[in-house]
Amino acid sequence: MERFQVRGVSNRRAAGACKLIIVGVNASGNLEVMIERVLPDNECVVEVTTQVTGFRSVWQAVIEEFFERSNPGGLRFSINDGGARPDTVTLRLMQGMQLIEATS
Amino acid sequence: MSTVFQPHEADWYEATARERITGLLDPGTFLEFVGPEQRAMSPHLEQFNLTGAFDDGLIVGGGRLNGDAVFIAAQEGRFLGGAFGEVHGAKLVGLLRAARDGADKGGPKCVLLLLDTGGVRLQEANAGELAISETIQAILEARLVGVSVIALIGGRSGAFGGGGIITACCSRIVVSQHGRVSVSGPEVIETNKGVEEFDSKDRALVWRITGGRTRALTGAADRYVKERIEDFRAAAIALAARVPAFTIETLAAEQHRLAQRVQQYGDCRDSPEMWRKAGLAEPERIAELSDDAFLAIPQLKDAHHDAR
Repeated sequence: MERFQVRGVSNRRAAGACKLIIVGVNASGNLEVMIERVLPDNECVVEVTTQVTGFRSVWQAVIEEFFERSNPGGLRFSINDGGARPDTVTLRLMQGMQLIEATS
Repeated sequence: MSTVFQPHEADWYEATARERITGLLDPGTFLEFVGPEQRAMSPHLEQFNLTGAFDDGLIVGGGRLNGDAVFIAAQEGRFLGGAFGEVHGAKLVGLLRAARDGADKGGPKCVLLLLDTGGVRLQEANAGELAISETIQAILEARLVGVSVIALIGGRSGAFGGGGIITACCSRIVVSQHGRVSVSGPEVIETNKGVEEFDSKDRALVWRITGGRTRALTGAADRYVKERIEDFRAAAIALAARVPAFTIETLAAEQHRLAQRVQQYGDCRDSPEMWRKAGLAEPERIAELSDDAFLAIPQLKDAHHDAR
């Protein structure tokens, strides 16, 4: 088991007014992502708890690419991971992002 | 939310616990208690190198069903098999006790239990066993003050172990084809009594014995529904409105019903033998029927008994 966080900066506040979203399930090969709108508009962070150790650099790359693509200012992402592949992680982050921006 | 996901059209089996709640209740009425942002997680799993869930696999809250206030609890069957742990159980017991205490003060008169569980979580077994016992007691105490407790079962974990016993303590039970209900799982029976008693690798046999169709035909479930969330919703609305009083007479009727069932089917080795006795056409083909054809079977009666 491993725990770490990846911080980023953003030049915009994520759209919508929704304060909390949770997507996915912590199951084998899957993960749950909780998104809370609790940070200043120009900050974002992903906090990862994963069952699988030794892949921190891959997580770092996936999350930094997500920050660049989605610009999630003001959002804190918390992940409970059951060994999801990098593409699944990206999809869940994008799914959560789409939901929190679309939900009023 | 509606642009991303159409909850009322969704499939119960495929949906997450949260999607089931969203689709079951009146739109926009769900209010979660002890939500994931509070991070009420299992204190035990980390010792086993397991990551937890922010809601410990159980979502509890209140909402409206067809306009009426209800409490609702949903297990996430994909997180550790929906199994009962300490926090998971405490949330469920707390909800049921709130229903009990609020029943004469204008609180909800119905609790919906969306069970999807293999039973007790092995990593926190003692706490899980206690949670099952406390849940059973809390269900019976709530029913005693006039609260109806409706079990809805159609997830991949079914309702096994203590979850099967909890199911049997509810006022009414709704199942779909995938909704297996029992106490000892197939592998447990095979391990203890041998493959001749029960072959757990024979999936057709497992569903013939424990599956929703058998449960509905024997009266162990009160209503059989198709897999869609909207069908579960319609069944919950219909059944919540007519629940028998929880009295000695009801228990006596249930005992009588079960005794009759043993007398009628006690010597059967497999469910087709039971359906032949019950006079069903083509008893071997029950599992193969479409949901519509199964629902049209005349012997499939809907919660007509006053027991439970």
